[in-house]
Parts: sequence; C-alpha cells; structure tokens
Amino acid sequence: MILVQQLILGLLVGGLYGLAAAGLSLTFGVLRVLNVAHGELLMLGGYLTFWLFALWQVDPFVSLLGVAPAMFACGLVLYLALFQFVIKADEDLRIRNSLLIGFGLTLVLHASAIHFWTADERSVTTQYAGGVIRMGAFVIPVLRMSSLVLAFMLLLALHLFLSRTRWGRAIRATAEDWEAAALMGIPVGRAYMLAFALGTALAGVAGGLVSISYSISPSIGLEWTLKALIVIVLSGLGSLFGSFAGGLVLGLAEAMSVVFLGGPYRIVVGLIIFLIVLVVRPQGLFGARP
Amino acid sequence: MKLLAGGVLLAGGFAALPLLTTRNDLLNLGVQIFLAVVLAQSWNLLGGYAGQINLGHAAYFGLGALVTRTLWLGGTPLLAALAAGALVATAFACIIGATAFRLRGAYFAIGTLGLAEILRITVGNLLPEISTLRAAELASYNILPRYYLTLALAAASVAVVALIVPARVGLGIRAVREDEAAAEACGVGALRHKLFALAVSTAFAGLAGGAFAYYHVSYYPQHTFSPAWTFDAVLISFIGGVGTLHGPVLGAFFYVIVKEYLALRWVEFHLIIFGVLFMLVVLFLPGGLVEAWQRLRRLFAR
Repeated sequence: MILVQQLILGLLVGGLYGLAAAGLSLTFGVLRVLNVAHGELLMLGGYLTFWLFALWQVDPFVSLLGVAPAMFACGLVLYLALFQFVIKADEDLRIRNSLLIGFGLTLVLHASAIHFWTADERSVTTQYAGGVIRMGAFVIPVLRMSSLVLAFMLLLALHLFLSRTRWGRAIRATAEDWEAAALMGIPVGRAYMLAFALGTALAGVAGGLVSISYSISPSIGLEWTLKALIVIVLSGLGSLFGSFAGGLVLGLAEAMSVVFLGGPYRIVVGLIIFLIVLVVRPQGLFGARP
Repeated sequence: MKLLAGGVLLAGGFAALPLLTTRNDLLNLGVQIFLAVVLAQSWNLLGGYAGQINLGHAAYFGLGALVTRTLWLGGTPLLAALAAGALVATAFACIIGATAFRLRGAYFAIGTLGLAEILRITVGNLLPEISTLRAAELASYNILPRYYLTLALAAASVAVVALIVPARVGLGIRAVREDEAAAEACGVGALRHKLFALAVSTAFAGLAGGAFAYYHVSYYPQHTFSPAWTFDAVLISFIGGVGTLHGPVLGAFFYVIVKEYLALRWVEFHLIIFGVLFMLVVLFLPGGLVEAWQRLRRLFAR
C-alpha cells in the first residue's frame, strides 16, 4: 500500500526531473557545454514565480507565462555575457571551461539569492493547494498531477518546435555537426544562443512548478543540477522524451528507496545509480547517441 | 631559484611570527591561510598540472577530517591519526579513481561531484551530532601547535608539488593534460600518471582535513564534506594562477584576507565577488594573478 502511494508520488516528481533534465540536455547536446548552474537557474525561476505570487497574488500557473519569457531573456544575457566566449574554444577546453563558468555562476547566484531573499524555504501556497484526487485508498495531489501534465505538454511543444520549424531544424543541424551546418548557411551562433535561452527557459518553468508543488530555497540548485545530470546519464543525450522517461525512472527509484531505506537516503540512491551508470555505461541506459 | 629563496624566506618569516606577536586573531588568520594553501595546492596538482577537474575535493577533505578526529579523540597520537586520515582519503580516491578515470573530461568532474554529495549526505545521516572537544582538551587548547602544524603542511604541499613538477613523473602528468592520446603514443601511461596525481592530491586534502579536525573546537561532521571546501580550492587555484607553483599560495593569501575583511560587513558576500572574479579569470586571464603580475611587469619593463 505504502509502496504504491510512494510510487505515485515518485512518478509525479519524476516529471519535474525530466523537465529539468530536458533543458540541460538541450544545452549539453547542442552547445556541447555542461552548465552546472542549471539548478540555480531553476531556483531563479522558482523565486520569480514565488515573488509574483507573494507580492501581487498572481496565480502561479498564469505567472509561468511570464516566467518562461523572462528566463528566456535571462538565458540570452548569460549566453552573450559568458557562454559565447566558452563556445569559441575547441571541444575539450569548451567542456572544461563551461564546467568552470557554470561553477562560478552557481556561486554568484547562490550567494545572491541568500543575500537578497534570505536562506528561508519558501513555496507558493494557493487556495487550491491542498486538493487531491482520491482513487480508492490512494491520493493524487492535484497540483503535482497538473505539474506532471504541464511538463509533458511543454516537452511535446518543444519537440514539435525542434522537428517542425525552421529554427528547430537549425538547432538540430547545429547539434549534429556545426561545421556542416555553418557551410549550409545556418547562423550557428544564433542557433546556439536560441538553444541556450530555451534551455534556461525550461529550467525556469521547472523551477516555477517546483515552487508550486514543493518548496524552494537558495540551496536547492546543486540538488537539481545533480538530478538533471542523473537523468541525462540514465537516458543519454538527444531525446527529449528520453529525458522525460529517465526522470520518471529516477522518481520511481527514489520512491522505492524511501520505502525500503527511509527518507534520508532518497538523494543518495539516485547518486549511486548515477555513478554506476557512469562507470558501466557512459552512453546512457536508453542508448541515445552521446 | 628566486622562487625557492622566496618560499623559504616566507615560511621562515611565518615560523617566526608567533615570537613577535601573541595576538590570537593573527595566528588564527594564519591557520586559515595555511589550510587554504594546502587545499588549493593539492587541487592544483590534479586540476592544474594534470588537467583533471575535480569537483569533489571536499570528499577527501571530509574523510581526512572524519578519520583524524575520531582516532585523535579516541586516544591515538596526533601524527598517527593524521597519517591514517590521509591514507583513508587516498585509498578511497584510488579505488574510485581507477574507475572514474575511465570517464573523460566532463564525466570525471560530475562523477566526483556526485561522489562528494553521497558522502556528505550519508555522513550527515549517520553522524548528526556536533563533534566537540572534551573539557580536558579544551582546557589545554593552544593555538601554537595548530599554527605550526598547518604551516608545516602548507610548506610541505608546496615543496612536494615543486619536487614532482620538474621530475619525470611531473613531465608525464603535464603531457597527459596537453594531449592524452599523444602522451599514450609516446609511452606515457595516462591512467598511471593521473592516478599518481590523484593520490598525492587527495593525500594532502586528507591532511588538510585532519588539521582542520585538530584545529576546530566544535563542528558538525557533515560540514567538512560541504561543497564549500571544493569551491574554496577551485576559486583560490584559478584566481591565483592554476597550473603554477606560486599561484595557489598567492591566491590563498588574497582569498582568505579579502574574505575575512568582507565577512565583517556582509556574510557570504565574498562569494559573489570571488565568483565574478573567477569567471573573468577563466574567460580572459587563464593565468590568474600570476599572469596579471607578469603582464604588469612587462608593461613597465619597456
């Protein structure tokens, strides 16, 4: 009984893991940069949603419509200020420098969040926050359910964008082979910028959903970066739905560990899976091209 | 030669400092600087010379602290406890390293980051209580042995890296950093050299942790596994000058002193400043303070 209930909750949080991972996988896959500040960008989106609600009582699901473009703009700024310089190096140095830049960004965003918003845990508490759907002996929290559905729909929209539109194809071509793409007349620099901004917007929306269904604080960044990395390692790069599935798998694995090992080891289990997969099968369980 | 003389002079000067002053705040500042030198120099050997970005340095610092504190409070002589701490940190690193080094570049970095988090959370779960010195130890607490221990460790870390770098193994380590495939083709075993750098690096991280455990009156065991220790090591190495011998030393003085100065006004604010500085260094001044100094000198030499 408890197991099934935990598995339901695990599946629900798993959707958010998938969403967080999709953004990171987009930037990693296209730009070949590993932004370890992804979790901090998620935290930023969460605070944006929280303050819109706390100061002006904007409904959190409505404010996501504003958070997404705001974080998209934030991604543009970060790309222009930092990551466009990282891109210029060759591949090995690029990954190394992106790790370092992401690391510096992590410090700055984390310390700024503590400085301006204090270290308190916060969450958006709407009037409909406690709602649940009862299914026999089990309960499904409405907010978490809608977060999961929203996450899936967002990935679907992104998938359509990447596969059906001109700019989407430009991004995919750049990911495949940027030199060939450049020769075909694709503005590679702008494709990079767009992909990075989209990844940042995804992180922001994921953060908004986290602040609605769970809670945020300045220090959640590292945890969410690791979640996204675990999912990427599980599912490989290059497929948005792979990321979503990987997120659900991680959510289920954590739920099992809560039942069998107890809550405090929930995070550890994900990390151990992460290390095992890294060592045994660095290309990811679902086998997409690394 | 000039560097050697400068280093000896610096170490000698700090060794004489307690004769000139009895101000505890200065001696405490010294301990923090020396710990920072050990942490940064040990990170620098692996991250700077061998080119392996280790985002889990805190794991080895924490292991050293944990083992040393437990043994020392249990009655083991301090030096034996310190050695045991370093040994555990290195052994752990080598077991992990043998597999982690199959992961190239980014994967090694995020693998070590994950590993440090596993240890931090697990230690926090198993040892939630604060670790405090007993009354007898508190009564006999004296800053001087802590001061000299950390000074000796700082000097030793610089000396060991100074011996390794120009030696054959040091050349191999740098060859692996520049181009792993080319190094292998010349008969330089990449894995062997990376493991050697990792072993020495983590031994000093463990020693730094042990010295911290000896120095601090009370702290939560989890605190020594905090990512903040990794942050410090990376920031200091890069701001000072990564892949140079005197860069991390310079960086440690700069970092700790500015940090202490800023902490009087805004807690945590130093991280914003150093974070920005760090990003600027990575992008535009890869040689850090050392390179800045060389450029200035060239500017005025003309």
